[in-house]
Amino acid sequence: MAFTLDRRKFLAGTAAAASLPWAPAIAAAPPVRIGLLTVKTGPLAQGGIQMQQGFELFLKHRNSTLAGRKVDLIVADTGGNPAGAKTKAQELIERDQVDVIVGPLAAFELLAITAYVEQHKVPMLSLAAADDMTQRKPNAYFVRASATSSQCMHPLGDYAAKDMKLKRVATISEDFAFGYEQIGGFQEVFEDAGGRVVKKLWPPLVTADFTPYISQFSGIDGVVNGFAGSNPIKFNQQYAELGAKAKYPILGGWTAYDDALLKSFGDDAVGAISASWYSSDLDTPSNKRMVADMVKDYGNIPGGYAAGLYINGMCIEAALQKTDGKTEDKPALIAALRAVSLTDTPRGAFHFDHFGNVVGNVFIRRLERKDGKLTNTIIKTYPDVSQFWTYNEKDYLAKPVYSRDYPPLKS
Amino acid sequence: MSQWLLLGVNSITLGGLLFLLSAGFSLIFGLMRIPNLTHGSFFMLGAYLGVTFLGLGFDFWLAALLAAAAMAVVGGGIERLLLRRLQGQELAQVLVTLGLSFMIADLCLMLWGGDPIPLDTPPGLGGAMPIASIVFPTYRLVIVAIAVVIAVLLWLMLDRTRLGAMIRAGVDDPAMARVTGIRVSRLFTIVFCLGAAIAGFAGVIGGPILSVYPGLDSDMLPLALIVVILGGTGSLLGALVGSFVIGILYNYGQVLFPELAYIILFLPMLLILLFRPQGLFGSRVP
Repeated sequence: MAFTLDRRKFLAGTAAAASLPWAPAIAAAPPVRIGLLTVKTGPLAQGGIQMQQGFELFLKHRNSTLAGRKVDLIVADTGGNPAGAKTKAQELIERDQVDVIVGPLAAFELLAITAYVEQHKVPMLSLAAADDMTQRKPNAYFVRASATSSQCMHPLGDYAAKDMKLKRVATISEDFAFGYEQIGGFQEVFEDAGGRVVKKLWPPLVTADFTPYISQFSGIDGVVNGFAGSNPIKFNQQYAELGAKAKYPILGGWTAYDDALLKSFGDDAVGAISASWYSSDLDTPSNKRMVADMVKDYGNIPGGYAAGLYINGMCIEAALQKTDGKTEDKPALIAALRAVSLTDTPRGAFHFDHFGNVVGNVFIRRLERKDGKLTNTIIKTYPDVSQFWTYNEKDYLAKPVYSRDYPPLKS
Repeated sequence: MSQWLLLGVNSITLGGLLFLLSAGFSLIFGLMRIPNLTHGSFFMLGAYLGVTFLGLGFDFWLAALLAAAAMAVVGGGIERLLLRRLQGQELAQVLVTLGLSFMIADLCLMLWGGDPIPLDTPPGLGGAMPIASIVFPTYRLVIVAIAVVIAVLLWLMLDRTRLGAMIRAGVDDPAMARVTGIRVSRLFTIVFCLGAAIAGFAGVIGGPILSVYPGLDSDMLPLALIVVILGGTGSLLGALVGSFVIGILYNYGQVLFPELAYIILFLPMLLILLFRPQGLFGSRVP
């Protein structure tokens, strides 16, 4: 059920444009068609709704015009499953003939459509983090301006070992690829810097009570988690309640302490150290503007989902400016997208590597209560972080992708 | 050592919460012969209503009771307006409850948004209590106490009142119960109200541990199902024992056999269905 959600704004925009003397020139060029694959129903809807808000705010800031061309946004709800993603991707490409796809949200959705989208040569910008999408199984039409699963966890491992001086940590994350890749990334760098991961726990995606896992933490000086969705709220509540928080500092990835979750966290989460490619705390002009308007329009501090889509919008705009607004030549369009290098964005400066994956800031934040409100305060910035961290690309790719058992626990 | 003690205590407290979740499910299953797949949604909707009542300034316990009352109305409405029309068509009824669960999930998403909402522990119960070598969150112990109280009340109702006798008669043999003049269809409504009310109440009570989020319904429904299959449908004692068995399996299983987390939970259900389909304490094959 893909439908043009933005019809009203679009009509208002075209009406406004028609009153200007140079309107006919613009009206002559057909609009750029952007398909947004998001999730608006089911358990993943929280992130999906924020994605749409971020992208719509971006279009509002640009008056729905990029590089002189109007934008037609077509929003499709995948329902958060691979079959839905496949159906909607087909609708967007074959029926709506979109020039660019933004989304989908989840890695398993992305994996279901990557071959199809590449075959049709439609550039796709997604937040889905599966490492191998830009590593061992790349897609020539893919661009990722957010991060791979392990990209933020590499610096977190470095920070935990060098700045926090942690020696022995336990990890806990959902029992699926995003969790494995996050924890694997942390372990690799943390152990290279002299630390040791002594225990890795993988609760099922659906876990009502984390007590059996939390009870296993002992003989360590910190816990790293890679939770996502609504699990961070539940986990941090139970972690504090069982007295573990008082004993072992807690660290996490970007989804575990995403800024959009701040309004849901209680004091249970205060003190958590997290690594994220986006932070609403970042002081750049475009971020200040985006955060202020997100709060104004949607009453919500933006996290990675909203900011990521806003940034995707900026990438599309920058690429269209380079192609003079042309979208027909898909190889030229994807080349322009991958050549995008921006300085003022909500995540700071970034560019892409030759796989189409971002090289940019990773922020280490501490969750604090300031003036009565919870906030993630940036305490350190790792600039120009590549998906390969400081490792040699060839050596990195020769190793297997991070998994449940890789890197293995050292005994 | 203290880790095992912690797991033991937690098995009991989780069992308490599971009992609150599955008592109503068991009664409905026993009497109406259908697994009410909306039961997880009752739990979630109750929790969300609790959030709203708390937001209006009601006390935690009052909010839980109000949510229960509201869910009784919702449950009764569903039985009267929908399931009643499909009387005797069990497959159609199950499908209706499944469809309703999706609709309620969407409705909750629309009304309360997608962000997870934590519930604060009621005032005075936020601390932890020392038990031998461990300290354990007080509130979780309170949940066990609540579960015991509800279990006793339900037992008194079923065992000592006329209504309870009629319900038991309906569970055992609805046709015969009808012949003796019991209005079984009215019992259906009453039991549905009661089941939905307890589930909604449990949703609020569980809130400080589970928080409330889209998907809570489908997270909880399988747990209710395994508890009731294990204990036997329509049996209060079965639901109670089943809850504590699952509580124990859940806690020790996830530590001892972490790779087999789901197998540990669902294997007992499988075995019971194969070798003792009426459940541990049930009298009738579902």
